[in-house]
Amino acid sequence: MQHEILPGSLIEVRGATVRHNGHATLDSVDLTVRAGEIVTLIGPNGSGKTTLVKIALGLSRPESGTVQRKDGLRIGYMPQHLTIDRTLPLTVRRFVSLGIKGRASGLEEVLDDVGVAYAIDSPFQALSGGEARRVLLARALLGEPDLLVLDEPSASMDVIGQGEFYELIRRIRDEQGCGVLLVSHDLHLVMAATDQVLCLNHHICCAGQPEAVAQHPEYLALFGTEIRDSLAVYTHEHDHHHDLTGEAVDHSEHGHSVHKHAEHGDAEHDHVEHGHG
Amino acid sequence: MPNTITSSTDMDDFFIRALAAGLGAALVSAPIGCFIVWRRMAYFGAALAHAALLGVAVGFLLSINLVVAVVVVCVLVGLALFALQRQRSLADDTLLGILAHAALAAGLIAIAFMDSLRIDLMTYLFGDILAVTVTDVLWVWVGGVVVLAGLAAIWRPLLSITVHEDLARVDGFPVTRIRFLFMLLLSIVIAVAMKIVGVLLILSLLIIPPAAARRFATTPEQMAGLGAILGGIAVAGGLAASLQWDTPAGPSIVAAASLLFFASFAIPHRQAG
Repeated sequence: MQHEILPGSLIEVRGATVRHNGHATLDSVDLTVRAGEIVTLIGPNGSGKTTLVKIALGLSRPESGTVQRKDGLRIGYMPQHLTIDRTLPLTVRRFVSLGIKGRASGLEEVLDDVGVAYAIDSPFQALSGGEARRVLLARALLGEPDLLVLDEPSASMDVIGQGEFYELIRRIRDEQGCGVLLVSHDLHLVMAATDQVLCLNHHICCAGQPEAVAQHPEYLALFGTEIRDSLAVYTHEHDHHHDLTGEAVDHSEHGHSVHKHAEHGDAEHDHVEHGHG
Repeated sequence: MPNTITSSTDMDDFFIRALAAGLGAALVSAPIGCFIVWRRMAYFGAALAHAALLGVAVGFLLSINLVVAVVVVCVLVGLALFALQRQRSLADDTLLGILAHAALAAGLIAIAFMDSLRIDLMTYLFGDILAVTVTDVLWVWVGGVVVLAGLAAIWRPLLSITVHEDLARVDGFPVTRIRFLFMLLLSIVIAVAMKIVGVLLILSLLIIPPAAARRFATTPEQMAGLGAILGGIAVAGGLAASLQWDTPAGPSIVAAASLLFFASFAIPHRQAG
């Protein structure tokens, strides 16, 4: 049953299978996170992401398959949802230090690193959604983890905030050399900040470099062309332009350009008109 | 609680005993009650309190100490609830309602079968603080010290679990064990405080003083401490009112606590968030 963990690996899940009401929530799923590597787990709602994360965290066990962790692995976990009842008077300082035994050294520095040092004495419940996510990250970082597990870390942030947040996660990885397991339902924002992508829909549909996964037929089948289009604004070469009402107009003669947009979805309104007279 | 024969019927004596028992109960109820408020466990607390009546019946049937019997029955009902929750077939509050009233009904039936001269049902439903004995007072204070010591020992892990259970587990806290210990401490509070306000009103002693303290507290510990003080004031005030106007003592204590809660909205305070 048990396998030896490979050198450099922080966590290895092999053949994890979980059934629920006769259906496989997870069907023989493999997952490996190595030190210094950012692995993004992507999949639609109900695809088994949370189940797999709980297995990786050791919160639950697969019905079959093996889970190996590096000896003495320290995990910093950032849950997807955390609401503290308003009746509990808890400052950010107190909240962040709750997981640490003894005096929490470096608490101010960690809050400063994630950009919320100013909120250290605020009640946790007074934070905005984005601030709360950063404080949660600080709490995960305070124990100097070998592995960061971040479940939908940028939920309730605006798109600009999300971009900054993933940049921050990448910088933390670079500085501390920790492994990162990131969960997202939305690939295009995490692309720049990830080394490996696992596309999950009860089984691993496809895995690899983010650019490769983004073009994979199984990925496209899961997320549809809408996502592909909004994703494509990052790298695709235009073969059309837009008229004044925003309608796409075929225009294959004009020159190519590559756009980089900070926004997604309705990017057509921001396109620079070019290449035709 | 075994009856201790006391020869003194002096009014000062029974009032001092009542005050001593009530203050002890208030002091230990508030810190435990804080977690009931923070963890939104009021229904759970009510269910355990209802089960306490079954514990009284079991204690009489088996001729064992009533505090011990109540604690054991409360813990068993709590464990039954944990087991039922794992089924995930019914919502938690539905399960709590079923279990609470099943235990209450079973307790009432069992007591009805017993010699009615030996058990005054009203004492256990609504408390009889004016009739507490020196032994009862000792039970409250010894039980209270045990509970406060136990709560202090699990304070930080319990706070962690209150914030987020999975996060606490990842941080290495023994979540299941801490939850069980908290249930045990709560059961002890119910068992020793039952004589003061009764099983039907005991929840109010647990949650009203912390709720009244909330607006003035900036840390969990402040809320527990201030809650204990406000609980003590409610006990003293309720007892005084009972003496002055001959109102039932247990309900008077609860009424006094409720007045403090509503008064807390009228008092200006610095923003505690």
